[in-house]
Amino acid sequence: MSETSVAAHRDPQGGFLEELESVAIRFAGDSGDGMQLTGTQFTNTSAVLGNDVSTMPDFPAEIRAPAGTLAGVSGFQVNISSHDIFTPGDAPQVLVAMNPAALKANLGDLERGGTIIINTDEFTPGNLKKANYDGNPLEDGSLKGYRVLEVPLTTLNRNALGDLAGLGNKEAGLGNKEKDRCKNFFALGLTFWMYDRSLDTSLEWIDAKFGKKPEIAEANRRALKAGYYYGETTETFRTRYRVGKLENIPPGVYRKVTGNEAAAMGFVTAASRAGKTLFYGSYPITPASDILHELSGLKNFGVRTFQAEDEIAAIGASIGAAFGGAFALTGTSGPGICLKSEAMNLAIVLELPLVIANIQRGGPSTGLPTKTEQSDLLQILFGRNGESPIAVVAPCTPTDCFTMAIEAFRMAARIMHPVVFLSDGYLANSSEPWRIPNADELPVIEVNHRTDPEHFMPYGRDEVTLSRPWVLPGTPRLEHRIGGLGKQDVTGNVSYDPQDHEQIVKLRAEKVRRLQNTIPEQKVFGPEQGDLLVVGWGGTYGAIRSAVSAAQGKGLSVAHTHIRYISPFPRNLGSVLSRYKQVLVAELNLGQMGFLLNGRFGIRCQQLNKIQGRPFKISEVLRKIEELV
Amino acid sequence: MSETIAAPALTRKDFVTDQEVRWCPGCGDYAILAQMQKVLPELGIPREKIVFISGIGCSSRFPYYMNTYGIHSIHGRAPTLATGLNCVDPDLQIWVITGDGDGLSIGGNHLLHCLRRNVNLNILLFNNRIYGLTKGQYSPTSLPGHKTKSSPLGSIEQSFNPISVALGAEGTFIARSVDVQTKHLAETLRRAAAHQGTSFVEIYQNCIIFNDHAWDHVTDADVKEDNSLLLEHGKPMVFGKSRDKGIRLRGLKPEVVTLGSGISEDDLTLHDEQDTTLAWLLSRMGPPEFPVPLGVFRNVEKPTYADLMIGQEEKAMQRGKGDLNRLYRAADTWTVGSTNGASGTNGSRSGP
Repeated sequence: MSETSVAAHRDPQGGFLEELESVAIRFAGDSGDGMQLTGTQFTNTSAVLGNDVSTMPDFPAEIRAPAGTLAGVSGFQVNISSHDIFTPGDAPQVLVAMNPAALKANLGDLERGGTIIINTDEFTPGNLKKANYDGNPLEDGSLKGYRVLEVPLTTLNRNALGDLAGLGNKEAGLGNKEKDRCKNFFALGLTFWMYDRSLDTSLEWIDAKFGKKPEIAEANRRALKAGYYYGETTETFRTRYRVGKLENIPPGVYRKVTGNEAAAMGFVTAASRAGKTLFYGSYPITPASDILHELSGLKNFGVRTFQAEDEIAAIGASIGAAFGGAFALTGTSGPGICLKSEAMNLAIVLELPLVIANIQRGGPSTGLPTKTEQSDLLQILFGRNGESPIAVVAPCTPTDCFTMAIEAFRMAARIMHPVVFLSDGYLANSSEPWRIPNADELPVIEVNHRTDPEHFMPYGRDEVTLSRPWVLPGTPRLEHRIGGLGKQDVTGNVSYDPQDHEQIVKLRAEKVRRLQNTIPEQKVFGPEQGDLLVVGWGGTYGAIRSAVSAAQGKGLSVAHTHIRYISPFPRNLGSVLSRYKQVLVAELNLGQMGFLLNGRFGIRCQQLNKIQGRPFKISEVLRKIEELV
Repeated sequence: MSETIAAPALTRKDFVTDQEVRWCPGCGDYAILAQMQKVLPELGIPREKIVFISGIGCSSRFPYYMNTYGIHSIHGRAPTLATGLNCVDPDLQIWVITGDGDGLSIGGNHLLHCLRRNVNLNILLFNNRIYGLTKGQYSPTSLPGHKTKSSPLGSIEQSFNPISVALGAEGTFIARSVDVQTKHLAETLRRAAAHQGTSFVEIYQNCIIFNDHAWDHVTDADVKEDNSLLLEHGKPMVFGKSRDKGIRLRGLKPEVVTLGSGISEDDLTLHDEQDTTLAWLLSRMGPPEFPVPLGVFRNVEKPTYADLMIGQEEKAMQRGKGDLNRLYRAADTWTVGSTNGASGTNGSRSGP
């Protein structure tokens, strides 16, 4: 995924315009510098321009760690391309560093020979010290080998906003503090110049965002333009780059979505297509909170969100809502799953439909709240008391979160059982273009509520799905009690009888297993059989697909399969795995899926594991493939 | 042409299930169950509109014996399930059955927040000052010094006062009654059912096996009237077998006075269910210095959680009912190729 120059020609303004297939840029600064916003604006403009985009934010758990320190560095990486891309890029080719700490924290990731745009104003002895620099990297030669573009960005921005009237006091100019808040837009404007993007999308955004605060709107507008014109007038930036439109993609209307946005839209879509109220019980936790934020804004869809007093209350309320006939959802991250596990079992035993979204983060314990990991897999499958079968789906891209959110509810309603939507921090916060579907063409989810009292039994079962009837309280003559104690099948009466217990334990497992008949077969990208099958699941899709693609391009006999249905597995998964000489499982944990496949299918897997709070790089997967074949 | 046929009036029997009641003989729970089955038919609410939700413990077996909808959930969590159910169907009358261990120990947090939110539920906390189902360990309401299986030298813990806890949690209806004071209990249940918002009722309940005689001072015929103060809104606080004693406030300090000898009922404090300060003072009263107040400590009207939730929803709906296609497009969009819009069910482009 390197920056590939495909053509260069003189641009009308007298500089050079160089055509690139793709470029990955990382914006980095202090967590108060607005780098997430800057990155998002660059992404939106690029997406609207027709590039393929893939983004990944990287921010600290601390909201505002001390300014200028390494702990406070916040970054946002965006990969823009004129061809299909699957990841935010292994190593950025461009780094925008707003201060010494941002440079120090990100330089190691930058591609060798890459470009660094540096805000030199911030390279003061004090800031260098805060970033633990002994000398000044701008002077000691340590940036040799990179293309360094030094910009006194703070000063230039202050000058550009020099005569702007201040807030409230029209006489006084904007203070330096207010001006400096806009310097991220100066940097944005400069990158827009460098990569030949229009300012229009960001200007519209400024109008919409600051419409009621004209002084702030004007300051941001002016900073953006000043950055752009600075690029235009300075010799340093004579060479510009252009990344063309993505061609040959399905026609349609597109937008950019993060995984959490897509999930929220998927959940409300599922409820809507079933004619149901969506209930969301949740307790704030990173990186799942955005789902709560999104859904709490959808009251006009009849979505009822409940910010509970704790994780247990969040799932408890969701179970109550499911009993009342809603499409009930609870969402959290790993530590919250620990707390919810007893109630997850209650949902299994009550046999009520419930979706549990786990947006995984680095663990154990509080772990790495803002970093990604896939280490809750075995917890989700086995981390509860008793025989506790649960259904699990795992989206593999940000847009797939939409599809799998709907799937989770379809499955839960079908078998009256909890389903886990197993996402991760990378998917949650990363974004990519989404071809917007027509909601009216999405499948309807069928739900039946029994009202016939004739021969009603609370645990009487459907012959095909084995599900029990979903009877809503308020239905006359179907009053019944359900509970977490051991029970007899059909009647649901409390029972400690050995046969009754064994029977219902087996029925619950069989109910989940039968979902196999409703899920797609496991597909393979690449040869149907061969030397190596790379198996992934969850948010590693992009890196694995790109690496396998590259390996195939080198003539290697390698295929990729990505497991989106984890419980039950697709019925042909075992046979797919058996068709290759070697199976490599690549996952962001110490080998949990590998352990599972070994246990289920007796397959000895090769492992590629990474537990660094970061997604795989394409090169890491490719290297492992080349090591094996 | 439709003819309205009045539903036959429900009777106690309509609320009895076919399940064998399995509490210990002599358990106070029987008396509470009997009053509940007596009161519910009087309320005129269809049986299918009533739900009992419980946690874990002896009291939490209650739903199995009520022929209504019901959930026997997990330890301490009944208020959470009840809250979620109320949010999606506010028309149901929901009773939460809990105990001193279930409601004040493992589920203490949920009880507090349920009260704070004023969810329209009726919470009955059976207080027997002991863990019964686990066979006799001290509970959060056990008195300091109480010798139990898990405190052979006496409990070293301060006990909770459930009424004070409920007041601190902003409860809008807070009452106390006693399992065997049938009339009083029935009336308290009626009032709890009528209140909109969270109704919290502490019921003194005798555990005959592990903590017998815990409430003798308010149940023994010869002493109970001297030891309890029946609260009545707007009435002076008179108590005693001969109704010759009363409660008078000196500043913020209550005192027991004897009527006669220059003190009349006019000098006594009037009970006011809307006065939170008075409710607090009453909640702190108890033996040996004071009688135990029984009845409604506090009863105030505040919007319920569901009222507010649905109010916001209706307001949002006024600005236009949700439309998925509009939601999907509520972002910067761009069009590729023909402008007919995307079709097909999978919006994912780079997905598998």
